[in-house]
Amino acid sequence: MRGFILSLQSEFYKTRKTLAFLSSILLPLALCLMVSAGFYLNAHKMVNHTAEMQWMRFSGAFIGVMGSLLLPLLIIFQSFSINNIEHKAEMWKSLFSLPIPKWSIYSAKFVYALFLNALCLTLFATFILASGIILDLLKPELKFNEFGFAGTLFKLHLKLFLASTGILSIQFLFSLLWDDFLKPMGIGLLLTVFGIITANLGWKYAFTIPYTHPMLAINSIMKQVLNNKNQQMTFDLMSKEIWFSLAVTTVTFVIGNFVIRNRSVK
Amino acid sequence: MPDQIVETKSLSYHFGINQVLDNVSLRVEAGSIYGFLGPNGAGKTTTIKILLNLLHSDSDKVYLFGKEFSKNRIEILSKIGSLIEQPAIYHHLSGRENLINRTRLLQIPKIRVDEILKLVDLTESADKKAGKYSLGMKQRLGIGLALLPDPELLILDEPTNGLDPNGIIDVRNLLRKLVSEMGKTVFISSHMLSEVEKMVTHLGIINRGKLVFQGSLEELHKISKKQILIQASDPDKAKVLLSENGYPTDLLAEILYTPYISKEQNAEINSLLVTNNHKVYSLSQSQENLENIFLSITQ
Repeated sequence: MRGFILSLQSEFYKTRKTLAFLSSILLPLALCLMVSAGFYLNAHKMVNHTAEMQWMRFSGAFIGVMGSLLLPLLIIFQSFSINNIEHKAEMWKSLFSLPIPKWSIYSAKFVYALFLNALCLTLFATFILASGIILDLLKPELKFNEFGFAGTLFKLHLKLFLASTGILSIQFLFSLLWDDFLKPMGIGLLLTVFGIITANLGWKYAFTIPYTHPMLAINSIMKQVLNNKNQQMTFDLMSKEIWFSLAVTTVTFVIGNFVIRNRSVK
Repeated sequence: MPDQIVETKSLSYHFGINQVLDNVSLRVEAGSIYGFLGPNGAGKTTTIKILLNLLHSDSDKVYLFGKEFSKNRIEILSKIGSLIEQPAIYHHLSGRENLINRTRLLQIPKIRVDEILKLVDLTESADKKAGKYSLGMKQRLGIGLALLPDPELLILDEPTNGLDPNGIIDVRNLLRKLVSEMGKTVFISSHMLSEVEKMVTHLGIINRGKLVFQGSLEELHKISKKQILIQASDPDKAKVLLSENGYPTDLLAEILYTPYISKEQNAEINSLLVTNNHKVYSLSQSQENLENIFLSITQ
Protein backbone atom coordinates (compact mmCIF):
# COMPACT_ATOMS: atom_id res chain seq x y z
CA MET A 1 0.00 0.00 0.00
CA ARG A 2 2.90 2.31 0.77
CA GLY A 3 4.23 1.76 -2.76
CA PHE A 4 0.82 2.75 -4.13
CA ILE A 5 0.73 6.02 -2.17
CA LEU A 6 4.32 6.87 -3.11
CA SER A 7 3.59 6.11 -6.77
CA LEU A 8 0.47 8.27 -6.63
CA GLN A 9 2.48 11.19 -5.18
CA SER A 10 5.08 10.67 -7.89
CA GLU A 11 2.36 10.77 -10.58
CA PHE A 12 1.30 14.19 -9.38
CA TYR A 13 4.87 15.43 -9.09
CA LYS A 14 5.86 14.47 -12.61
CA THR A 15 2.64 15.53 -14.36
CA ARG A 16 1.98 18.75 -12.49
CA LYS A 17 3.50 20.87 -15.25
CA THR A 18 2.14 18.88 -18.19
CA LEU A 19 -1.01 19.29 -20.26
CA ALA A 20 -2.35 16.04 -18.77
CA PHE A 21 -2.82 17.85 -15.46
CA LEU A 22 -3.36 21.40 -16.68
CA SER A 23 -6.11 20.34 -19.12
CA SER A 24 -8.23 19.30 -16.11
CA ILE A 25 -8.15 22.90 -14.91
CA LEU A 26 -7.92 24.87 -18.14
CA LEU A 27 -10.72 23.13 -20.05
CA PRO A 28 -13.49 23.83 -17.50
CA LEU A 29 -12.14 27.34 -16.95
CA ALA A 30 -11.99 28.21 -20.65
CA LEU A 31 -15.39 26.67 -21.42
CA CYS A 32 -17.00 28.45 -18.46
CA LEU A 33 -15.59 31.79 -19.53
CA MET A 34 -16.85 31.33 -23.08
CA VAL A 35 -20.35 30.11 -22.17
CA SER A 36 -20.70 32.75 -19.43
CA ALA A 37 -19.75 35.48 -21.89
CA GLY A 38 -22.43 34.18 -24.25
CA PHE A 39 -25.05 34.19 -21.49
CA TYR A 40 -23.98 37.64 -20.32
CA LEU A 41 -24.45 39.06 -23.80
CA ASN A 42 -27.80 37.28 -24.27
CA ALA A 43 -29.16 37.63 -20.76
CA HIS A 44 -32.32 39.35 -22.04
CA LYS A 45 -33.42 36.07 -23.68
CA MET A 46 -33.32 34.29 -20.30
CA VAL A 47 -35.10 36.72 -18.00
CA ASN A 48 -38.58 35.32 -18.57
CA HIS A 49 -37.62 31.81 -17.47
CA THR A 50 -37.91 30.54 -13.92
CA ALA A 51 -34.75 30.37 -11.83
CA GLU A 52 -34.72 26.57 -12.12
CA MET A 53 -35.04 26.77 -15.91
CA GLN A 54 -32.28 29.37 -16.10
CA TRP A 55 -29.95 26.98 -14.27
CA MET A 56 -31.02 24.11 -16.51
CA ARG A 57 -30.35 26.10 -19.65
CA PHE A 58 -27.06 27.45 -18.36
CA SER A 59 -25.70 24.07 -17.18
CA GLY A 60 -27.22 22.32 -20.21
CA ALA A 61 -24.95 24.37 -22.45
CA PHE A 62 -21.97 22.60 -20.85
CA ILE A 63 -23.38 19.20 -20.13
CA GLY A 64 -24.74 18.55 -23.62
CA VAL A 65 -21.39 19.04 -25.28
CA MET A 66 -19.52 17.36 -22.41
CA GLY A 67 -21.58 14.20 -22.43
CA SER A 68 -21.52 13.55 -26.14
CA LEU A 69 -18.03 14.54 -27.26
CA LEU A 70 -15.87 16.61 -24.97
CA LEU A 71 -15.69 14.23 -22.03
CA PRO A 72 -14.73 11.15 -24.08
CA LEU A 73 -12.12 13.21 -25.95
CA LEU A 74 -10.68 14.62 -22.75
CA ILE A 75 -10.46 11.14 -21.26
CA ILE A 76 -8.75 9.78 -24.37
CA PHE A 77 -6.22 12.63 -24.21
CA GLN A 78 -5.58 12.37 -20.46
CA SER A 79 -5.16 8.58 -20.41
CA PHE A 80 -2.75 8.87 -23.30
CA SER A 81 -0.75 11.66 -21.63
CA ILE A 82 -0.40 9.85 -18.30
CA ASN A 83 1.08 6.74 -19.93
CA ASN A 84 2.93 8.59 -22.66
CA ILE A 85 5.15 10.27 -20.06
CA GLU A 86 6.62 6.82 -19.37
CA HIS A 87 6.70 5.69 -23.03
CA LYS A 88 8.44 8.91 -24.11
CA ALA A 89 11.09 8.73 -21.39
CA GLU A 90 11.54 4.96 -21.92
CA MET A 91 10.75 4.80 -18.24
CA TRP A 92 8.88 1.48 -17.93
CA LYS A 93 12.14 -0.50 -17.68
CA SER A 94 13.36 1.86 -14.97
CA LEU A 95 10.05 1.92 -13.05
CA PHE A 96 9.75 -1.86 -13.07
CA SER A 97 13.30 -2.31 -11.85
CA LEU A 98 12.55 -0.30 -8.71
CA PRO A 99 11.70 -2.10 -5.47
CA ILE A 100 8.02 -1.25 -5.81
CA PRO A 101 5.32 -3.82 -6.59
CA LYS A 102 4.16 -3.62 -10.20
CA TRP A 103 0.50 -3.55 -9.17
CA SER A 104 1.06 -0.41 -7.12
CA ILE A 105 2.70 1.43 -10.05
CA TYR A 106 -0.18 0.40 -12.34
CA SER A 107 -2.92 1.09 -9.79
CA ALA A 108 -1.49 4.50 -8.89
CA LYS A 109 -1.49 5.51 -12.55
CA PHE A 110 -5.04 4.27 -12.99
CA VAL A 111 -6.29 6.04 -9.86
CA TYR A 112 -4.47 9.20 -10.92
CA ALA A 113 -6.26 9.11 -14.30
CA LEU A 114 -9.56 8.75 -12.41
CA PHE A 115 -8.52 11.63 -10.15
CA LEU A 116 -7.83 13.92 -13.12
CA ASN A 117 -11.24 13.13 -14.57
CA ALA A 118 -12.90 13.73 -11.18
CA LEU A 119 -10.96 16.97 -10.74
CA CYS A 120 -12.03 18.19 -14.17
CA LEU A 121 -15.72 17.41 -13.56
CA THR A 122 -15.64 18.87 -10.03
CA LEU A 123 -14.13 22.06 -11.43
CA PHE A 124 -16.80 22.12 -14.13
CA ALA A 125 -19.53 21.97 -11.48
CA THR A 126 -17.74 24.57 -9.32
CA PHE A 127 -17.10 26.98 -12.20
CA ILE A 128 -20.70 26.64 -13.49
CA LEU A 129 -21.98 27.44 -10.02
CA ALA A 130 -19.58 30.35 -9.57
CA SER A 131 -20.36 31.67 -13.05
CA GLY A 132 -24.11 31.58 -12.33
CA ILE A 133 -23.61 33.55 -9.14
CA ILE A 134 -21.35 36.08 -10.88
CA LEU A 135 -23.80 36.42 -13.80
CA ASP A 136 -26.54 37.11 -11.28
CA LEU A 137 -24.48 39.91 -9.77
CA LEU A 138 -23.63 41.40 -13.15
CA LYS A 139 -27.16 41.06 -14.52
CA PRO A 140 -29.59 41.45 -11.60
CA GLU A 141 -32.53 40.62 -13.87
CA LEU A 142 -31.34 36.97 -13.93
CA LYS A 143 -32.64 34.72 -11.14
CA PHE A 144 -29.78 32.32 -10.48
CA ASN A 145 -29.71 33.28 -6.79
CA GLU A 146 -33.34 32.32 -6.33
CA PHE A 147 -32.80 28.58 -6.70
CA GLY A 148 -30.33 26.36 -4.92
CA PHE A 149 -28.80 24.31 -7.74
CA ALA A 150 -25.49 23.22 -6.17
CA GLY A 151 -26.65 19.77 -4.98
CA THR A 152 -28.20 18.87 -8.34
CA LEU A 153 -25.19 20.18 -10.25
CA PHE A 154 -22.67 18.12 -8.29
CA LYS A 155 -24.90 15.03 -8.42
CA LEU A 156 -25.16 15.46 -12.18
CA HIS A 157 -21.39 15.68 -12.55
CA LEU A 158 -20.91 12.72 -10.25
CA LYS A 159 -23.17 10.71 -12.54
CA LEU A 160 -21.16 11.87 -15.54
CA PHE A 161 -17.96 10.84 -13.77
CA LEU A 162 -19.30 7.38 -12.98
CA ALA A 163 -20.56 7.02 -16.54
CA SER A 164 -17.14 7.89 -17.96
CA THR A 165 -15.05 5.46 -15.89
CA GLY A 166 -15.64 2.66 -18.39
CA ILE A 167 -14.21 4.71 -21.27
CA LEU A 168 -11.34 5.80 -19.07
CA SER A 169 -10.38 2.24 -18.11
CA ILE A 170 -10.42 1.06 -21.74
CA GLN A 171 -8.47 4.06 -23.03
CA PHE A 172 -6.03 3.70 -20.15
CA LEU A 173 -5.35 0.09 -21.13
CA PHE A 174 -4.93 1.04 -24.81
CA SER A 175 -2.40 3.77 -24.06
CA LEU A 176 -0.59 1.48 -21.64
CA LEU A 177 -0.13 -1.15 -24.33
CA TRP A 178 0.66 1.15 -27.26
CA ASP A 179 3.26 3.84 -27.14
CA ASP A 180 1.96 5.80 -30.14
CA PHE A 181 -0.77 8.42 -30.14
CA LEU A 182 -2.64 7.27 -33.23
CA LYS A 183 -3.83 3.82 -32.14
CA PRO A 184 -5.52 4.73 -28.83
CA MET A 185 -6.71 8.08 -30.20
CA GLY A 186 -8.00 6.59 -33.46
CA ILE A 187 -9.80 3.68 -31.83
CA GLY A 188 -11.14 5.96 -29.09
CA LEU A 189 -12.53 8.45 -31.61
CA LEU A 190 -14.08 5.73 -33.73
CA LEU A 191 -15.79 4.16 -30.72
CA THR A 192 -16.96 7.59 -29.50
CA VAL A 193 -18.60 8.34 -32.86
CA PHE A 194 -20.08 4.84 -32.90
CA GLY A 195 -21.37 5.45 -29.36
CA ILE A 196 -22.98 8.77 -30.34
CA ILE A 197 -24.73 7.16 -33.31
CA THR A 198 -26.03 4.15 -31.39
CA ALA A 199 -27.17 6.31 -28.44
CA ASN A 200 -28.96 8.76 -30.75
CA LEU A 201 -30.62 5.93 -32.64
CA GLY A 202 -31.89 4.63 -29.33
CA TRP A 203 -30.48 1.15 -29.94
CA LYS A 204 -31.72 -1.24 -27.29
CA TYR A 205 -28.25 -2.53 -26.41
CA ALA A 206 -26.38 0.79 -26.68
CA PHE A 207 -25.66 0.57 -22.94
CA THR A 208 -23.25 -2.32 -23.66
CA ILE A 209 -20.88 0.16 -25.40
CA PRO A 210 -18.98 2.12 -22.71
CA TYR A 211 -18.50 5.09 -25.09
CA THR A 212 -22.29 5.73 -24.99
CA HIS A 213 -22.49 5.86 -21.20
CA PRO A 214 -22.03 9.64 -20.63
CA MET A 215 -24.61 10.38 -23.30
CA LEU A 216 -27.00 7.72 -22.03
CA ALA A 217 -26.56 9.11 -18.50
CA ILE A 218 -27.59 12.58 -19.69
CA ASN A 219 -30.49 11.12 -21.65
CA SER A 220 -31.71 9.24 -18.58
CA ILE A 221 -31.48 12.45 -16.46
CA MET A 222 -33.46 14.40 -19.06
CA LYS A 223 -36.04 11.65 -19.34
CA GLN A 224 -36.58 11.50 -15.59
CA VAL A 225 -36.74 15.28 -15.18
CA LEU A 226 -39.18 15.69 -18.05
CA ASN A 227 -41.35 12.83 -16.77
CA ASN A 228 -41.59 14.40 -13.34
CA LYS A 229 -45.08 15.81 -12.99
CA ASN A 230 -43.83 18.96 -11.26
CA GLN A 231 -40.68 18.99 -13.45
CA GLN A 232 -38.36 18.89 -10.42
CA MET A 233 -34.69 18.26 -10.99
CA THR A 234 -34.64 14.82 -9.42
CA PHE A 235 -32.99 11.79 -10.99
CA ASP A 236 -31.41 8.49 -10.01
CA LEU A 237 -27.66 8.42 -9.61
CA MET A 238 -27.25 4.73 -10.30
CA SER A 239 -28.93 3.90 -13.57
CA LYS A 240 -28.32 0.87 -15.80
CA GLU A 241 -25.46 2.42 -17.82
CA ILE A 242 -23.69 3.52 -14.62
CA TRP A 243 -23.69 -0.04 -13.27
CA PHE A 244 -22.43 -1.27 -16.60
CA SER A 245 -19.72 1.40 -16.69
CA LEU A 246 -18.50 0.39 -13.24
CA ALA A 247 -18.50 -3.27 -14.23
CA VAL A 248 -16.42 -2.49 -17.35
CA THR A 249 -14.02 -0.45 -15.19
CA THR A 250 -13.54 -3.29 -12.74
CA VAL A 251 -12.98 -5.93 -15.42
CA THR A 252 -10.61 -3.74 -17.47
CA PHE A 253 -8.64 -2.78 -14.35
CA VAL A 254 -8.13 -6.44 -13.48
CA ILE A 255 -7.11 -7.26 -17.08
CA GLY A 256 -4.63 -4.33 -17.08
CA ASN A 257 -3.12 -5.50 -13.80
CA PHE A 258 -2.74 -9.01 -15.17
CA VAL A 259 -1.10 -7.69 -18.36
CA ILE A 260 1.37 -5.54 -16.41
CA ARG A 261 2.26 -8.33 -14.02
CA ASN A 262 3.07 -10.80 -16.75
CA ARG A 263 4.40 -8.51 -19.43
CA SER A 264 8.11 -8.42 -20.17
CA VAL A 265 9.76 -5.06 -20.83
CA LYS A 266 11.51 -5.59 -24.15
CA MET B 1 26.88 -11.29 2.34
CA PRO B 2 27.19 -14.25 -0.07
CA ASP B 3 30.38 -14.53 -2.15
CA GLN B 4 28.41 -14.60 -5.38
CA ILE B 5 26.32 -11.46 -5.74
CA VAL B 6 24.99 -12.53 -9.12
CA GLU B 7 24.62 -16.11 -10.20
CA THR B 8 22.76 -17.57 -13.16
CA LYS B 9 22.44 -21.31 -13.59
CA SER B 10 22.44 -22.47 -17.21
CA LEU B 11 20.22 -19.55 -18.16
CA SER B 12 18.57 -19.80 -21.57
CA TYR B 13 16.11 -17.42 -23.17
CA HIS B 14 14.12 -17.35 -26.38
CA PHE B 15 12.45 -14.53 -28.30
CA GLY B 16 9.92 -16.57 -30.20
CA ILE B 17 11.92 -19.23 -32.02
CA ASN B 18 15.21 -17.32 -31.69
CA GLN B 19 17.46 -18.50 -28.90
CA VAL B 20 19.02 -15.37 -27.43
CA LEU B 21 20.78 -16.94 -24.43
CA ASP B 22 22.17 -20.44 -24.33
CA ASN B 23 23.13 -21.93 -20.95
CA VAL B 24 24.69 -18.77 -19.55
CA SER B 25 26.14 -19.33 -16.08
CA LEU B 26 27.35 -16.02 -14.68
CA ARG B 27 29.21 -15.68 -11.41
CA VAL B 28 29.82 -12.18 -10.11
CA GLU B 29 31.80 -11.97 -6.92
CA ALA B 30 31.11 -9.43 -4.19
CA GLY B 31 33.32 -6.35 -4.40
CA SER B 32 34.27 -6.89 -8.04
CA ILE B 33 33.85 -4.82 -11.17
CA TYR B 34 32.53 -7.37 -13.61
CA GLY B 35 32.81 -6.40 -17.26
CA PHE B 36 30.19 -8.11 -19.38
CA LEU B 37 31.46 -7.96 -22.93
CA GLY B 38 30.18 -8.96 -26.29
CA PRO B 39 29.44 -7.59 -29.73
CA ASN B 40 26.12 -5.91 -30.44
CA GLY B 41 23.29 -8.42 -30.39
CA ALA B 42 25.27 -10.98 -28.38
CA GLY B 43 22.68 -11.08 -25.57
CA LYS B 44 24.08 -8.55 -23.06
CA THR B 45 20.98 -6.40 -22.65
CA THR B 46 18.73 -9.47 -22.58
CA THR B 47 20.86 -10.89 -19.75
CA ILE B 48 20.70 -7.60 -17.85
CA LYS B 49 16.92 -7.37 -18.29
CA ILE B 50 16.61 -10.89 -16.89
CA LEU B 51 18.85 -9.91 -13.96
CA LEU B 52 16.39 -7.08 -13.24
CA ASN B 53 13.32 -9.29 -13.75
CA LEU B 54 12.19 -7.14 -16.70
CA LEU B 55 12.24 -10.28 -18.82
CA HIS B 56 10.91 -13.38 -17.13
CA SER B 57 13.14 -16.44 -17.10
CA ASP B 58 12.46 -19.92 -15.78
CA SER B 59 12.47 -20.08 -12.00
CA ASP B 60 15.59 -21.28 -10.14
CA LYS B 61 17.87 -19.88 -12.85
CA VAL B 62 18.67 -16.42 -11.50
CA TYR B 63 20.07 -15.78 -8.02
CA LEU B 64 21.07 -12.39 -6.65
CA PHE B 65 22.54 -11.91 -3.18
CA GLY B 66 22.13 -15.68 -2.80
CA LYS B 67 18.35 -15.57 -3.26
CA GLU B 68 16.16 -16.77 -6.12
CA PHE B 69 14.93 -13.68 -7.95
CA SER B 70 11.28 -14.28 -8.75
CA LYS B 71 10.51 -15.23 -5.12
CA ASN B 72 12.39 -12.25 -3.62
CA ARG B 73 11.87 -9.55 -6.27
CA ILE B 74 11.31 -6.50 -4.05
CA GLU B 75 14.03 -7.39 -1.53
CA ILE B 76 16.58 -7.95 -4.31
CA LEU B 77 15.64 -4.85 -6.30
CA SER B 78 16.01 -2.72 -3.17
CA LYS B 79 19.76 -3.49 -3.27
CA ILE B 80 20.25 -2.73 -6.97
CA GLY B 81 20.77 0.48 -8.93
CA SER B 82 20.56 0.14 -12.68
CA LEU B 83 20.96 1.90 -15.99
CA ILE B 84 19.68 0.00 -19.01
CA GLU B 85 20.44 1.11 -22.57
CA GLN B 86 19.46 4.79 -22.90
CA PRO B 87 19.04 6.60 -19.58
CA ALA B 88 15.36 6.75 -18.61
CA ILE B 89 14.69 10.36 -17.64
CA TYR B 90 11.70 12.69 -17.80
CA HIS B 91 12.64 15.32 -20.35
CA HIS B 92 10.09 17.89 -19.14
CA LEU B 93 11.58 17.83 -15.63
CA SER B 94 14.95 19.29 -14.64
CA GLY B 95 17.82 17.05 -13.59
CA ARG B 96 17.12 17.92 -9.96
CA GLU B 97 13.39 17.21 -10.33
CA ASN B 98 14.16 13.83 -11.89
CA LEU B 99 16.21 12.95 -8.83
CA ILE B 100 13.63 14.38 -6.40
CA ASN B 101 10.91 12.31 -8.03
CA ARG B 102 13.01 9.19 -7.49
CA THR B 103 13.77 10.09 -3.85
CA ARG B 104 10.02 10.37 -3.27
CA LEU B 105 9.36 6.99 -4.84
CA LEU B 106 12.11 5.28 -2.88
CA GLN B 107 11.74 7.31 0.34
CA ILE B 108 15.31 8.55 0.23
CA PRO B 109 16.27 11.76 2.11
CA LYS B 110 16.27 14.77 -0.25
CA ILE B 111 19.77 15.73 0.85
CA ARG B 112 21.00 12.84 -1.28
CA VAL B 113 19.95 14.77 -4.42
CA ASP B 114 22.68 17.40 -3.98
CA GLU B 115 25.25 14.72 -3.17
CA ILE B 116 24.43 12.85 -6.37
CA LEU B 117 24.38 16.01 -8.49
CA LYS B 118 27.86 16.79 -7.20
CA LEU B 119 29.04 13.22 -7.71
CA VAL B 120 27.98 13.15 -11.38
CA ASP B 121 29.04 16.75 -11.93
CA LEU B 122 25.61 18.15 -12.75
CA THR B 123 25.27 20.71 -9.95
CA GLU B 124 25.50 23.66 -12.33
CA SER B 125 22.92 22.26 -14.76
CA ALA B 126 20.67 20.82 -12.06
CA ASP B 127 17.78 23.16 -12.76
CA LYS B 128 17.95 22.93 -16.53
CA LYS B 129 15.34 20.75 -18.24
CA ALA B 130 16.77 17.27 -18.78
CA GLY B 131 15.50 17.34 -22.38
CA LYS B 132 18.05 20.05 -23.08
CA TYR B 133 20.96 18.05 -21.66
CA SER B 134 23.67 16.73 -23.97
CA LEU B 135 23.90 12.96 -24.42
CA GLY B 136 26.77 12.80 -21.95
CA MET B 137 24.85 14.80 -19.34
CA LYS B 138 21.81 12.53 -19.76
CA GLN B 139 24.07 9.53 -19.31
CA ARG B 140 25.52 11.05 -16.12
CA LEU B 141 22.03 11.78 -14.82
CA GLY B 142 21.10 8.16 -15.57
CA ILE B 143 24.10 6.98 -13.57
CA GLY B 144 23.11 9.41 -10.80
CA LEU B 145 19.60 7.93 -10.68
CA ALA B 146 21.12 4.46 -10.42
CA LEU B 147 23.38 5.58 -7.56
CA LEU B 148 20.67 7.48 -5.69
CA PRO B 149 19.50 4.64 -3.42
CA ASP B 150 23.13 3.82 -2.52
CA PRO B 151 22.78 0.28 -3.93
CA GLU B 152 24.99 -2.68 -3.06
CA LEU B 153 25.02 -3.77 -6.70
CA LEU B 154 25.18 -1.41 -9.63
CA ILE B 155 24.11 -2.81 -13.01
CA LEU B 156 25.09 -0.56 -15.90
CA ASP B 157 24.34 -1.35 -19.52
CA GLU B 158 26.82 0.46 -21.79
CA PRO B 159 27.10 3.47 -19.43
CA THR B 160 29.88 5.12 -21.40
CA ASN B 161 27.75 5.46 -24.56
CA GLY B 162 27.84 9.05 -25.71
CA LEU B 163 30.52 10.10 -23.23
CA ASP B 164 33.64 11.91 -24.38
CA PRO B 165 37.07 10.56 -23.31
CA ASN B 166 37.05 12.71 -20.17
CA GLY B 167 33.57 11.51 -19.33
CA ILE B 168 34.67 7.89 -19.76
CA ILE B 169 37.62 8.50 -17.42
CA ASP B 170 35.28 10.12 -14.87
CA VAL B 171 32.91 7.14 -14.95
CA ARG B 172 35.86 4.78 -14.65
CA ASN B 173 37.21 6.63 -11.60
CA LEU B 174 33.76 6.84 -10.06
CA LEU B 175 33.17 3.09 -10.39
CA ARG B 176 36.63 2.29 -9.01
CA LYS B 177 35.90 4.55 -6.04
CA LEU B 178 32.53 2.90 -5.44
CA VAL B 179 34.16 -0.51 -5.28
CA SER B 180 37.34 0.33 -3.40
CA GLU B 181 35.97 2.85 -0.89
CA MET B 182 32.34 1.88 -0.55
CA GLY B 183 32.49 -1.87 -1.08
CA LYS B 184 29.97 -1.93 -3.91
CA THR B 185 29.80 -4.51 -6.67
CA VAL B 186 29.54 -3.28 -10.26
CA PHE B 187 28.25 -5.21 -13.26
CA ILE B 188 28.98 -3.23 -16.40
CA SER B 189 28.29 -4.21 -19.99
CA SER B 190 30.10 -2.95 -23.05
CA HIS B 191 30.82 -3.97 -26.61
CA MET B 192 34.32 -2.51 -26.42
CA LEU B 193 36.97 -4.15 -24.30
CA SER B 194 39.18 -1.07 -24.43
CA GLU B 195 36.50 0.92 -22.59
CA VAL B 196 36.30 -1.38 -19.59
CA GLU B 197 39.71 -3.07 -19.65
CA LYS B 198 41.23 -0.47 -17.34
CA MET B 199 38.60 -0.72 -14.63
CA VAL B 200 37.30 -4.28 -14.47
CA THR B 201 38.57 -6.98 -12.15
CA HIS B 202 36.59 -9.77 -13.79
CA LEU B 203 35.28 -10.39 -17.25
CA GLY B 204 32.51 -12.34 -18.90
CA ILE B 205 32.52 -12.52 -22.68
CA ILE B 206 29.30 -13.44 -24.41
CA ASN B 207 28.90 -14.22 -28.09
CA ARG B 208 25.74 -15.34 -29.88
CA GLY B 209 24.08 -16.02 -26.55
CA LYS B 210 26.89 -18.20 -25.19
CA LEU B 211 29.28 -17.27 -22.41
CA VAL B 212 32.61 -17.96 -24.09
CA PHE B 213 34.89 -16.72 -21.33
CA GLN B 214 34.53 -15.94 -17.65
CA GLY B 215 37.27 -15.15 -15.21
CA SER B 216 39.69 -12.53 -13.97
CA LEU B 217 41.70 -10.26 -16.23
CA GLU B 218 44.82 -12.28 -15.30
CA GLU B 219 43.12 -15.45 -16.51
CA LEU B 220 42.34 -13.78 -19.81
CA HIS B 221 45.98 -12.73 -20.11
CA LYS B 222 47.04 -16.32 -19.47
CA ILE B 223 45.13 -17.61 -22.45
CA SER B 224 46.61 -14.96 -24.69
CA LYS B 225 49.29 -16.21 -27.09
CA LYS B 226 52.79 -14.89 -26.57
CA GLN B 227 54.71 -13.97 -29.72
CA ILE B 228 58.26 -13.18 -30.75
CA LEU B 229 58.71 -9.92 -32.65
CA ILE B 230 61.79 -9.73 -34.89
CA GLN B 231 63.26 -6.86 -36.85
CA ALA B 232 65.75 -8.07 -39.43
CA SER B 233 67.67 -6.60 -42.39
CA ASP B 234 65.71 -8.52 -45.06
CA PRO B 235 62.33 -9.43 -43.57
CA ASP B 236 60.98 -11.20 -46.68
CA LYS B 237 63.92 -13.57 -46.92
CA ALA B 238 63.99 -13.98 -43.15
CA LYS B 239 60.32 -15.01 -43.22
CA VAL B 240 61.03 -17.72 -45.81
CA LEU B 241 64.05 -18.95 -43.84
CA LEU B 242 62.12 -19.17 -40.56
CA SER B 243 59.13 -20.86 -42.19
CA GLU B 244 61.36 -23.44 -43.90
CA ASN B 245 62.92 -24.23 -40.52
CA GLY B 246 59.63 -24.94 -38.77
CA TYR B 247 58.80 -21.50 -37.36
CA PRO B 248 55.45 -20.34 -38.81
CA THR B 249 56.00 -16.62 -39.38
CA ASP B 250 53.86 -13.64 -40.30
CA LEU B 251 55.21 -10.39 -41.68
CA LEU B 252 53.41 -7.20 -40.78
CA ALA B 253 54.77 -3.66 -41.17
CA GLU B 254 58.38 -4.97 -41.61
CA ILE B 255 58.10 -6.90 -38.34
CA LEU B 256 58.23 -10.68 -38.22
CA TYR B 257 55.82 -12.47 -35.82
CA THR B 258 56.29 -16.06 -34.74
CA PRO B 259 54.75 -17.94 -31.76
CA TYR B 260 56.80 -17.94 -28.57
CA ILE B 261 57.68 -21.33 -27.16
CA SER B 262 60.70 -20.91 -24.91
CA LYS B 263 63.75 -18.73 -24.21
CA GLU B 264 66.01 -21.39 -25.72
CA GLN B 265 64.02 -21.27 -28.91
CA ASN B 266 64.44 -17.46 -29.02
CA ALA B 267 68.20 -18.05 -29.00
CA GLU B 268 67.91 -20.71 -31.74
CA ILE B 269 65.91 -18.34 -33.96
CA ASN B 270 68.46 -15.62 -33.38
CA SER B 271 71.45 -17.84 -34.31
CA LEU B 272 69.57 -19.26 -37.33
CA LEU B 273 69.11 -15.76 -38.71
CA VAL B 274 72.66 -14.64 -37.91
CA THR B 275 74.31 -17.75 -39.37
CA ASN B 276 72.32 -17.13 -42.57
CA ASN B 277 73.74 -13.61 -42.83
CA HIS B 278 70.68 -11.74 -41.58
CA LYS B 279 71.26 -8.74 -39.39
CA VAL B 280 68.95 -8.95 -36.36
CA TYR B 281 68.13 -5.45 -35.13
CA SER B 282 65.78 -6.55 -32.37
CA LEU B 283 64.17 -9.66 -30.96
CA SER B 284 61.48 -9.23 -28.33
CA GLN B 285 58.60 -11.05 -26.80
CA SER B 286 55.03 -9.68 -26.62
CA GLN B 287 51.65 -10.60 -25.34
CA GLU B 288 48.67 -10.42 -27.67
CA ASN B 289 46.58 -7.32 -27.21
CA LEU B 290 43.44 -8.02 -25.13
CA GLU B 291 41.30 -6.38 -27.79
CA ASN B 292 42.63 -8.90 -30.32
CA ILE B 293 41.87 -11.75 -27.95
CA PHE B 294 38.35 -10.39 -27.47
CA LEU B 295 37.89 -10.17 -31.23
CA SER B 296 39.27 -13.65 -31.83
CA ILE B 297 36.96 -15.08 -29.14
CA THR B 298 33.89 -13.35 -30.49
CA GLN B 299 34.47 -13.94 -34.20
